[in-house]
Amino acid sequence: MAIVLCRIDDRLIHGQVVIGWGRAMGINLIVLVDDQVAGSAWEQELYRMAVAPEIEVRFVTVAAAGTHMGDWQSNGKRGLVLTGDVETMAALRATHPEVVQRINLGGIHHRPGRKERLPFVYLTDQELRSLQALEEGGAVITAQDLPTTPPVALRSLA
Amino acid sequence: MSEELRGVVVCHGPLAGALVQAAEQISGLSGVLVPVSNTGCDRGALEDRVISAVGGRPAVVFVDLASGSCLVAVLKRLRSEEQVKVVTGVNLAMLVDFVFHRSLAPEEAASRSALAGEKSIRIP
Repeated sequence: MAIVLCRIDDRLIHGQVVIGWGRAMGINLIVLVDDQVAGSAWEQELYRMAVAPEIEVRFVTVAAAGTHMGDWQSNGKRGLVLTGDVETMAALRATHPEVVQRINLGGIHHRPGRKERLPFVYLTDQELRSLQALEEGGAVITAQDLPTTPPVALRSLA
Repeated sequence: MSEELRGVVVCHGPLAGALVQAAEQISGLSGVLVPVSNTGCDRGALEDRVISAVGGRPAVVFVDLASGSCLVAVLKRLRSEEQVKVVTGVNLAMLVDFVFHRSLAPEEAASRSALAGEKSIRIP
């Protein structure tokens, strides 16, 4: 198998990711791409505690992800690539468009400058333009917090 | 006498508010527990909510899960604070015990609360 889900979620590894998506999609590899967490052993330990032992978890920098995306695509596991922001996912798409074809907006919450697009998706105008550019480049982008809820197309969020 | 401890309850969704309300109804003490929800905020905003709730005072922070976004937000900026201790797996029994023992040191109050919570788990 391969990378089966690319998700943007600013809460990173949490219940919706592990239980909601992980179980439904049979995920057995979670790759968290976050430069800050990749350098923090105690945060990695906490995030790992949320994940069943049979699921492999990797914490990598954006640079390392760029190097290893091809490996995760072909290692036989069902992988979930997770980033905390639009910028990081865009960087992964830039280096590996064949892997990051479909992008799930799972949880991008309020902060100053962002507007509510859905109760679980807040975006600045710049973030929205970045996502629209990715879609114009061939990516398929939908907002969906859980697999049991209907996906919402990016064009509906403008 | 030293300052009494503040209790801060950090949970997913509306759980913290409900737990605090129930603890107040049982104990008759109000205003000693501060609920914090992770609803509608990103990691940074949740950290700010927690810091605001603690208010720079000695405190015990109760968190629902022993992993996940709430615990990460709490530990990110408080784990090196000597006067703040964290207890996970919050339940009503530990909160009710805590509100009557707020004159203890943070570490002692946290240990006592955790024990009260554990004792309340039974298969009767």
